[in-house]
Amino acid sequence: MAYSEKVLDHFNNPRNVGTLDKSKKNVGTGLVGAPECGDVMRLQIEVDEETGIIKDAKFKTFGCGSAIASSSLATEWLKGKPIEEALEIDNMAIVEELELPPVKIHCSVLAEDAIKAAIEDYKKKNGQA
Amino acid sequence: MDTMEKKKLIYLDNNATTPCDPRVVEAMLPYFTEKFGNAASRSHEFGWVAEEAVDYAREQVAALIETDAREVIFTSGATESDNLALKGAFEMYARKGKHIITVKTEHKAVLDSCRRIEKMGGEVTYLDVDHQGMIDLEALEAAIRPDTIMVAVMWANNETGVIQPMKEIGEICARHGVLFFSDATQAVGKIPVKPKEVGVHLMAMSAHKMYGPKGVGALFVNRKAPRVKVTAQMDGGGHERGMRSGTLNVPGIVGFGQAAEIARKEMAEEAQRLSRLRDRLEQGLLKLEETYVNGNPDSRMPHVTNISFKHVEGEGLMMTFNKEIAVSSGSACTSASLEPSYVLIAMGLGDDLAHSSIRFSLGRFTTEEEVDYAIEAVSKGVNHMRELSPIWEMYKEGINLEEVEWSEH
Ligand SMILES: Cc1ncc(COP(=O)(O)O)c(C=O)c1O
Ligand code: FES
Repeated sequence: MAYSEKVLDHFNNPRNVGTLDKSKKNVGTGLVGAPECGDVMRLQIEVDEETGIIKDAKFKTFGCGSAIASSSLATEWLKGKPIEEALEIDNMAIVEELELPPVKIHCSVLAEDAIKAAIEDYKKKNGQA
Repeated sequence: MDTMEKKKLIYLDNNATTPCDPRVVEAMLPYFTEKFGNAASRSHEFGWVAEEAVDYAREQVAALIETDAREVIFTSGATESDNLALKGAFEMYARKGKHIITVKTEHKAVLDSCRRIEKMGGEVTYLDVDHQGMIDLEALEAAIRPDTIMVAVMWANNETGVIQPMKEIGEICARHGVLFFSDATQAVGKIPVKPKEVGVHLMAMSAHKMYGPKGVGALFVNRKAPRVKVTAQMDGGGHERGMRSGTLNVPGIVGFGQAAEIARKEMAEEAQRLSRLRDRLEQGLLKLEETYVNGNPDSRMPHVTNISFKHVEGEGLMMTFNKEIAVSSGSACTSASLEPSYVLIAMGLGDDLAHSSIRFSLGRFTTEEEVDYAIEAVSKGVNHMRELSPIWEMYKEGINLEEVEWSEH
């Protein structure tokens, strides 16, 4: 299977790889997937507590090229978004942007799940859940 | 990877298929054009020439495996040979019984034929393998029943290169009077394969795994003591002693014959060279942390290594170097199915290690320079992917990954 240019771009130059300090109150962490399934995605957001805007996002992903590209793209989209807006990011938007074939849709689902999990974690930490 | 100088794509996937040896292509060419006859045409020169070429190729293949030429039935490849051996014996020996014994790590052509046989009323036992991919001889013997007609065990595994104890299996089969069928697709032409020496009665092979053309293979069928027969699965003109109808693929068969002859003459030296290169590759890659070889190191094909790079997903890893090196992975994400390699799972590897596996299979045209390049590119890829891997980070922090509550999906 050939990969789209966009998947290759994110794969070869992944954006926002890294780790944020989990212990900080304004950092939300989402860890989804399982090693047994061949994919684990960890996505973190750092939220500006005054404005509710995501000021930083980082990821690490164990998975195929499409999973890595999906999470890289997700961090790009998250940065600068208010968390409520970020909750609306839909996996199909990722599928379209990266031109993922049907067998790779679950990689994008994982990214959506990771976003939701990170926001939920942030809300929980801040008594908003 | 930009710093490395650009080279042509290095092929380390010779278990999937091998390139044709140029000497094979040369032998085949006349049989497409001036010598195009149908080997079954008995009434003119065109037919005789083609028939002679097929007879010669049959001798060449028989010489490689040290059998009589009359015991070689040409087919379209190992898939067909597997189907013919299993289904054909099931039909032919229905009166003796309906039970077949095979192994969980067999090729799909064998496993799916067995599934079909089960649907047709047969019974199949699927033997386990140990963590090194070897079958348990006692378990095999214990599985044999009065109505067992056949034991089907592959000579060498396509994913790991693991070689089964053929001689011992042959003795067990002889003792119990059951047929022994082996899919030897991955072994023929690369290591000495002599079915008669180890008591194999039926054996599948394929030309395109030994530098011959695609779409041609053979089934060895023992002629004497015991005289084995299989019911044709393809009905028609009664070619190949009635076991496989269909106009013979003369150029393909000529190529197969030539490939067999080259293998017979060059195999010993080639195996030595390849095992040296394989060991070099393996040692180079094992310098990486948390890297494991899959399969019995003491009973393995000389040109294959299957390695798990822990906490790195195989498809993603391959993507880091697939402009430079062609290999294959046991990860699910490379195949259409979402299950990782059933061969590695049967060996008791966790799904995570199965997802992290890469198979490297070297071949006649692999050079030392290519191996060194592969070590460099794969090592870079593994390090890159580990930097991206959350579970590698967790592992490095000393977190026990077994205890993490994963959200399965
Ligand atoms: C062990 C084994 N059996 C059977 C086959 C199928 O061979 P063919 O491509 O000739 O049908 C292969 C090749 O993939 C193989 O490795
Ligand atoms: S992570 Fe499995 S296919 Fe993408």
